Amino acid sequence: MTIQFNDETFRDDYSYHNSPAAIRRFPFPFDKDDYMYAVNMEPHAGGREGSPFENRFDVDEHYVAEMRDREITLKEDPLRCQSLPHMELAGWDLLELIMECKAEDYPELFSLHRDGDRWHWINRPLGIDHKFTFLDPTTLPYGPMEYITRQAQGDFALLDQREGNLWMEAGMVTSQADWSLDFDIGMNFFEWHAPVPLAHEMGIFQRALKFLLAIQQDTPSRRLNWTMTVNPRLDTSPENYHKWGPEKRTLTPENVGEKQYLRVELQTFFRLPRSNGLAFPIRCYLISLQDLVTVPKWGRRLHRVIRDLPDELAEYKGFAVNRQLIVDYLARFDDGKPTSPGIFPDE
Amino acid sequence: MSTEMLRVTEIEALSPLVKRFRFEHPRGAKLPLFSGGAHVVVEMPDGDVLRRNAYSLISDPQDGSGYEIAVRREDGGRGGSRFMHACVRQGDMLRISAPLNLFSLDMRARKHVLIAGGIGITPILAQMRQLLRMQGRFEVHYAARARSEAAGLRLLPRLPHIHAHISDEGNRIDLGAILDRQPIGTHVYTCGPEGLITAVAQCAERLGWPRGSLHSEVFLAPPPGRSFEVTLARSGRTITVGPHQSLLEALEEAQVEIDWSCRGGACGRCETEVVSCHGRIEHHDHWLSEDEHSSQAKIMPCVSRFRGKELIINR
Amino acid sequence: MPATKFTPSIASRPVYGGLKSHGAVPALMLANGPGGEALLELIKADPSVLPHTYMIYIPEGCDLGRSLEACGPASFFEAASYASILPRFRKLLADAGMNTRLYLAGTEGLIGQATSEALAAGMLLEAIDAEHRGSVARRMQCVHCKGITENVTTDPFTCSHCGLTLFVRDHYSRRHAAFQGVCVDAETPGEIPPRQEIKA
Repeated sequence: MTIQFNDETFRDDYSYHNSPAAIRRFPFPFDKDDYMYAVNMEPHAGGREGSPFENRFDVDEHYVAEMRDREITLKEDPLRCQSLPHMELAGWDLLELIMECKAEDYPELFSLHRDGDRWHWINRPLGIDHKFTFLDPTTLPYGPMEYITRQAQGDFALLDQREGNLWMEAGMVTSQADWSLDFDIGMNFFEWHAPVPLAHEMGIFQRALKFLLAIQQDTPSRRLNWTMTVNPRLDTSPENYHKWGPEKRTLTPENVGEKQYLRVELQTFFRLPRSNGLAFPIRCYLISLQDLVTVPKWGRRLHRVIRDLPDELAEYKGFAVNRQLIVDYLARFDDGKPTSPGIFPDE
Repeated sequence: MSTEMLRVTEIEALSPLVKRFRFEHPRGAKLPLFSGGAHVVVEMPDGDVLRRNAYSLISDPQDGSGYEIAVRREDGGRGGSRFMHACVRQGDMLRISAPLNLFSLDMRARKHVLIAGGIGITPILAQMRQLLRMQGRFEVHYAARARSEAAGLRLLPRLPHIHAHISDEGNRIDLGAILDRQPIGTHVYTCGPEGLITAVAQCAERLGWPRGSLHSEVFLAPPPGRSFEVTLARSGRTITVGPHQSLLEALEEAQVEIDWSCRGGACGRCETEVVSCHGRIEHHDHWLSEDEHSSQAKIMPCVSRFRGKELIINR
Repeated sequence: MPATKFTPSIASRPVYGGLKSHGAVPALMLANGPGGEALLELIKADPSVLPHTYMIYIPEGCDLGRSLEACGPASFFEAASYASILPRFRKLLADAGMNTRLYLAGTEGLIGQATSEALAAGMLLEAIDAEHRGSVARRMQCVHCKGITENVTTDPFTCSHCGLTLFVRDHYSRRHAAFQGVCVDAETPGEIPPRQEIKA
């Protein structure tokens, strides 16, 4: 399989686009016609061929452009990548995990040769050919977590496990749905989720934490989360809210299909061997409504989900102001027919 | 939980009662690395009985060429350690689970104080190796009655901050002296008999330490006891737990699906709801709270037993 | 002025359990303004906390310094500001042992900053007692420019660094010792809701 990488942007002229194949493989997050919080975890042990679930770290046509966008964000704000001092070992764990998985799953794109602690890493799409000493940070241009996450799509959080809780103490966060790593770093699982409405009362976080604490090296897990974003913007950070916020108010009935995106996070969880920490990659996928409705099942279902969502959730996810526009647009693609179970398109 | 068949490549007597076992992949494949304090579960096909015992890994966590454990023969125990001592030979294949850590180092600590009593030295050995590699600040205190019983001595490097306290030689461990005047940011890890863990906790409390700086792992094998009966609410069946069997083992024998991990009352995986209890649950776990123990609404089948008229569990 | 009772809020918002004596162990006591009264009450309840105590008081217009010193702590130091005692406080923390207790009383800004220092020095949260007394003004981090604005009493408020108008969240970072301030008119520049007093 050869991937043709898109030349595209996630800011300014927003030339981001999905190929027909990327639309078909989009990780549509709703398996039924309504949505409420759930601890919707499943084993991250492969998935349908060609889908984003097939490999442990999905590499797609947006890879090179996403890495370029990350570089721009980090230049403006280096605080998007931080690691508390005790998390360096977890950073090496993550580097090893990503390098090994990518080299195994995409041998034509990535190679890793190990000779004891002397490692040789080749990343062909980004033109990197680098020999370094494993566990010796002076042989890398950045810390281990930053080095590898400048070469991996999606945001990454590294969680320390202690006192029966998980602590967010390192991360690379440049494509987030409105949360600040700089502010949240050092918080435990309940603290960094504190602003989420309803879920605390439902006991969601208690159950989720219990599940995550028990994840073992051989049982990585995944779940999908979602929100809505105007324009295909990766950096919807609170840091830059005053810069992208006005764009949210530019939707009209004429442009909503083109400018409104469904934003899906494929969240995965891996137990790390040396540090006993947990890696928490958060991979972001964007699809415009006009592309999404080309799959009739998804058009029908998204209409019903957005129409019937509790107000608190629309408010928290930040699209309450545009909800009616979105529902009106999607209604045109909902003929009221029943939808099939599961997330994948009907053949 | 995934398991692998591994080959026993070395057996060494560390003391009259303790043997070291080394396991390697039969085709030389690298085993998953782990962190200091982790354990594996070893499956022991002992006649008709399949025993599963958890043992701390004592080898270097960064070395995937093999796993090593040390097993003390417990003649009064249920038979797992006797099986390891009497029946396992070099070259045998045994099924071993993936490593899991319920006793990991607090990586923020400015200093680590590792305290071991007797066979409790096992997880401490791997923690020490991890700290040596990371160049962490630490001290080890290893307490044993007699030098002949101190099986871990041969596995401890001679370093000024590694201390053996042999009580027969008049060198009893003095916890007050160890804990007094430790600098801020110190974490203490204790593994050994319940009495040692309690003594460390009491001493630390007396000195005014915060509890969160104390970490411990009790070496818990399911205690034998009297035979008892348990009724399974979902099927209505009643099963008998033998004197040398745990409730978890009896459930497995009866083909009841049940999740487990540490099999020592620490991880919480096999927690089971009690539907009705006429009698007294003998709680031996470290997972449920004191309130949960006294309410008798939950039981940890891996270690806890029952005495009385009737116990119905939600399985 | 009694201990402040705050309205229950989200999980990241700190709650202050009040000062309770941990007996005759080494202690650092740090208070500002009316927080001095909380120390006096603690000492009255259990004078045995004093002989190993290093006490620092920042009066901020309250005249409790003499009464505190008269209680007879092992050391007493009156300071003009938190910033001025910071080097001293850091040295005391670096020299502390595992049995050292920290007692903090006064405003959230003081409690938060001292807690953050103590945690960074390796102290555990459970070794810290805190009691809120005095102003409910908040220490706010601007999520945009990262500047801290001290003593914020209204919502929204103006960031003293970048000048954006920020609304006051209850989301709190122990590391920054600050609540989060987010641009209130990000989507509709210039549309700013009326300012209201922050309440407990």
